[in-house]
Amino acid sequence: MNWTWFHRLGSPKWFFEQSSKWLPWLAWASIGLLVTGVVWGLAFAPPDYLQGNSYRIIFIHVPSAFLAQACYVTMAIAGAVGLIWKMKLADMAAKCCAPIGASFTILALLTGAIWGKPTWGTWWEWDARLTSMLILLFLYLGFIALENAIDNVQTAAKACAVLALVGLVNIPIIKYSVEWWNTLHQPATLKLTEKPSMAPEMLIPLLVCIAGFYCFFLVVFLYRLRNEILWRERRTQWVRLWMKRFQ
Amino acid sequence: MGLLSAFQLMVKRDLLLAFRRRAEIINPLIFFLLVATLFPLGITPERKVLALIAPGVIWVAALLAVMLSLDQLFKHDYDDGSLNLLVLSPVPLFWLVLAKVLVHWLVTGALLLLLVPILSLMLHLPEAAWWPMLASLLLGTPLLSLIGAIGAALTVGLKKGGVLLSLLVLPLNIPVLIFGSGAVIAATQALPYAAQLLWLAVLLVLGITLAPFAIAAGLRISVSE
Repeated sequence: MNWTWFHRLGSPKWFFEQSSKWLPWLAWASIGLLVTGVVWGLAFAPPDYLQGNSYRIIFIHVPSAFLAQACYVTMAIAGAVGLIWKMKLADMAAKCCAPIGASFTILALLTGAIWGKPTWGTWWEWDARLTSMLILLFLYLGFIALENAIDNVQTAAKACAVLALVGLVNIPIIKYSVEWWNTLHQPATLKLTEKPSMAPEMLIPLLVCIAGFYCFFLVVFLYRLRNEILWRERRTQWVRLWMKRFQ
Repeated sequence: MGLLSAFQLMVKRDLLLAFRRRAEIINPLIFFLLVATLFPLGITPERKVLALIAPGVIWVAALLAVMLSLDQLFKHDYDDGSLNLLVLSPVPLFWLVLAKVLVHWLVTGALLLLLVPILSLMLHLPEAAWWPMLASLLLGTPLLSLIGAIGAALTVGLKKGGVLLSLLVLPLNIPVLIFGSGAVIAATQALPYAAQLLWLAVLLVLGITLAPFAIAAGLRISVSE
């Protein structure tokens, strides 16, 4: 098989030029979806028969928990691609994912705590889902710390990729923790393989919110990645030419 | 050289080196006893409370003691250059690494097991939980060595790797701690504990098969620096 297309995708210059075309679309899509989803969810969706209005935090909580895990998987995949095909862009992508993923994890933990207080009567419980999310946060922090500790950019990327791949074992534990252990956290609200248990009036705004979060992640990710590309390629001709336009 | 004889040589060499540096073997053991002693002093010497917290205390102390010894796992070989030779040797690196981790477990985890009866007695662990305690540590401490070696391999080239090493390894050790102390806690309450021990066994099989590759990859990265 011919892999040249794959390597062209990994060229920082090509990616930088292409991503400037994608960014405005993604930015508008994320604003549109997030405003629609949040307003719909917070103001128009019906209150829950059991939890009243407090359930509405799921419009923030569920998407951020989704992204917290998706971000880690993205980071690990990018790390693996960087290790196997030695693509600079993949190394940069893994590095840029980590702080975003850590932020989403913190957001998921915080919104979970805020929702937990009125519903379960406690800010924090040592429940399987909560604890495994906290471990995920530690994994992100370990990744960032290792990245900062190693001076050589390429060595740092390789070491971090190995760490990310090792930490991947935590993702199925988080995912299935609510099914394996019968604890406080309720079972998953959304499943790909089954019919959702939610009413469509609540489900559709939630899906819109999730789509909006994904777009938002892509926008932030692309900004970070483009920044990283400019920094690492700062000695190349094309970056110098590009920077001249702003002087 | 055959794989088996390479493995034996590596084990012999590392055991010999370990016994030449006896302080490095004894320090984690003293640390293990010390940490466990702090809990009765810090919380309460009351028998009932101690029996309740004993499984977790012994497990956490064991985890920290293994953690303490990890920093040195590849350090000496890295400093005197023998790690470079190991990486270049025709014997697969993951195989040699497995031998090194085995020796690390023998001189830390396995020795800790000898102290566990004393601590169980001092912390008033119910007698029904003694065997589960030993079994869970027997299955769990090799895992702590295997997981820790991944972190040690990634940080061996760094000057101040110690704290970073804990930051990388402790989150990965949490599942081992949960299942390990979970088995003992279940035993103290006269509940079945086979499930937790089987989970530990599953993790151990996974660790023995996969971790050496991650350790070898980490060492290659650190050496190429």
